[in-house]
Amino acid sequence: MKTVEEIKAAIEAAVPGAGVEIVPNPSVSGQHSLRLEPSHAVAVATFLRDGLAFDYLSNATGVDWPDKEIAEKVKVTRTVTKTVDGVEQAAEETIEEIRKRVEPGCLEAVYHLYSVALKEGPLTVRMRTANRTDQVELPSLTPIWRSAEFQEREIFDLFGIVFTGHPDLRRLLMWDEFKDHPMRRDYVEPDDFEYEPTAHDQVLARAAAHRAAQAAPDSGQEGTGAGQ
Amino acid sequence: MIESGIETGMAGEKKPEGWNRPPVIVPDGEGDLLEVAMGPHHPSTHGVFRMDVALDGERVIRLKPVFGYLHRNHEKIAEGISYLGSMPFTDRLDYMCPLTNNWAYALAVEKLVGQAVPERAEYLRVILGELTRFQNHAGSIGFLTQEMGASGTPLMYAFREREKILDLFEWLTGARMMCNYMRFGGCRVDATADWLEATRKVVAGLPGFVDEFEQLLRGNEILMARTQGVGILRRELAINAGVTGPMLRASGVDYDIRKVDGYGIYNRFNFRVPLGDHGDVYDRFMIRLLEMRESLKILEQALKEIPGGPVMDPKAKIRGFRPKPGEAYGRIESPKGELGFYLISDGSPNPYRYRVRPPSLINLTILEDMVLGQNVADVVVIFGSVDIVLGEVDR
Amino acid sequence: MLGEGILKGLAETARNFVGSYFSAERLTTVQYPEQRIAPIEATRDFPFLVYDGADWEAGLRCVACQICEKECPPKCIYIEKSTDKKPDALGKPQFYPARFDIDISVCMSCQICVEVCPFEAIKMDTEFELSTTDRFGGLLYDRKELAKSNEHYHKIHPTEAAAVDAHLAGEKAKADSKAKAAVAAAAAKAAASAAPPAGGGV
Repeated sequence: MKTVEEIKAAIEAAVPGAGVEIVPNPSVSGQHSLRLEPSHAVAVATFLRDGLAFDYLSNATGVDWPDKEIAEKVKVTRTVTKTVDGVEQAAEETIEEIRKRVEPGCLEAVYHLYSVALKEGPLTVRMRTANRTDQVELPSLTPIWRSAEFQEREIFDLFGIVFTGHPDLRRLLMWDEFKDHPMRRDYVEPDDFEYEPTAHDQVLARAAAHRAAQAAPDSGQEGTGAGQ
Repeated sequence: MIESGIETGMAGEKKPEGWNRPPVIVPDGEGDLLEVAMGPHHPSTHGVFRMDVALDGERVIRLKPVFGYLHRNHEKIAEGISYLGSMPFTDRLDYMCPLTNNWAYALAVEKLVGQAVPERAEYLRVILGELTRFQNHAGSIGFLTQEMGASGTPLMYAFREREKILDLFEWLTGARMMCNYMRFGGCRVDATADWLEATRKVVAGLPGFVDEFEQLLRGNEILMARTQGVGILRRELAINAGVTGPMLRASGVDYDIRKVDGYGIYNRFNFRVPLGDHGDVYDRFMIRLLEMRESLKILEQALKEIPGGPVMDPKAKIRGFRPKPGEAYGRIESPKGELGFYLISDGSPNPYRYRVRPPSLINLTILEDMVLGQNVADVVVIFGSVDIVLGEVDR
Repeated sequence: MLGEGILKGLAETARNFVGSYFSAERLTTVQYPEQRIAPIEATRDFPFLVYDGADWEAGLRCVACQICEKECPPKCIYIEKSTDKKPDALGKPQFYPARFDIDISVCMSCQICVEVCPFEAIKMDTEFELSTTDRFGGLLYDRKELAKSNEHYHKIHPTEAAAVDAHLAGEKAKADSKAKAAVAAAAAKAAASAAPPAGGGV
């Protein structure tokens, strides 16, 4: 199979301005991936299928990269007024500050391509959204590879990436009225389910808290309920 | 109709817009369509699975599969436990073939860290993998005929042999189905000489069973009338839809991951890959039957050649296993199709991202195309030929 | 001839039917529970704790290291360590589990707890007819219900138990020889320091 460098060169020759970059993979598996710019992704995917014979999309999945809080030490030079010998003077002061910034996370869609005609593969292709909150659209590759249909629906269901151009984008594994996206790293499980008592204190504590929360709003209505 | 591998949408051949979308069937009667929800409580849906079917008389106009009733979010559970702890959960994905699920996961992790596997362990993996494939195909054919109304007779014949194989699994791994046997770097326990002898005896009796099974089913006129020409899947659509396994080979595509990737030691064995001519349900049934015979060939060779030695790399770690950061995608030819595992590691003992590429789910993408325009009685037959297991579809 | 395939199939089923009167192999159904199949030796159902000797509390091998609790995939084991120590088989003082609960309605018999236990303290039982009318408490086994003797282990898994006993005996022999060597070295050192030093200050 061509190396990722060769494939990148071929893509850039066929689709000018494609915006492809190589994401190296530190593991010994050696499966390096190509990151595509969402704006040209459909054109690049069409070239991969028709020009390089990657006719089989094996796997399409999502990955959640949450926001990272980074603390950096920054040297800041400021001009301050100091009183020296009763006379006010302007002096420069350099201090070290710890600045915290939040590097925004993103959602990522990863595709694994193989070639049935040439019996080659895998080629890993990725696309990243701008952030995790409001800009979560990516172009759908279903018109190019039909096998992405259910898998992109699953990514939408479990991660929340909206695929534009998908013929039928609705939830796949969860029910349609479900809110939230279970595979995200910050997903909080609901606690309004039936619990079974076990010796595990985590389960017991959660259930006790849930029952306390339920008893508080219910206590006002207990009189009417018991009367029936 | 078997073309060479070149005409599959390669350079130059431009496909028309929407060629891989399901056909639009125009109902020819008047009035509303009858909407039927087949499932999820249904004896023939291979698990909790629903198909929302819209019918014009007997013809299927629209079919939408609905699943997720068995969704246990296995991928999220795996992010919370160690790599080894996920192994028993992989048994429960495609619960008819637990050992091949174990193998696929072990293969993906071994790819991630570059772990070598001793030779005896590779032979044991092949033996158990082919036994699993045999009992899965036998059961699949049995269930297909069950859905056609054979009241379980071929199914019970298949299960009779399956019981012998499951007894072998219990002897070696401790459990009939949820085996939890493969490890990263080999297998959990070694097989004794007694076990190998018993396996040889069972495998010696299986060709007679396949002959019996074939005589029972292959020339059966009812089976032929109900399956020939039904649910045709053409090869370009099959490849584009990501269909793998016996379904793909029944459409005439020569793609068997045991031959293409040559994972493990499969390139040491002499076996053929049966291909279909028409891509209909009868071809899928025959492919599975022929693959059972090929599995027996591989089993006989492997049981003869299995060497001595350890079954586990002594340097492989069981506890405190921390792969270096990176990712890997490893796949095998499971009896249902291509079973792949995609792992992203961030250096911690738990995987950062753990993804199962389920063959059953992806083979279902094309169910709609195969069924539209056919009679409702064919829906269950076509669906049975896809051979899915809900544990894998929903994970 | 039309119907030939069906007739061939019927001949096959007829052969099985008639054959079941003559050959035991064709009669495959076992009338459980009146008839039972002999259990296979390696079978695993739910875990139990092994104790040596006659007293289950004193002979319990478990030292409450909590490795099995950490590695258990469905988290069905719950251990509380004791505050005091008691001597184990090698004579070393070890903690013991004040509480060791396994919820067998959660346990999936994966046997990872057995694999990771460094003390051969937890093994898999073969009992599966465990149904009870108490849905929660009846399936939560405490350490008294889980403790079974080493003889029981030998009865259900003879080859495995023999291997474990050999391994533990080997460890005990190593520990004994190390202890003897330490005693001999200490005695030699004491003898050397007790003997008057040559030309020591008088």
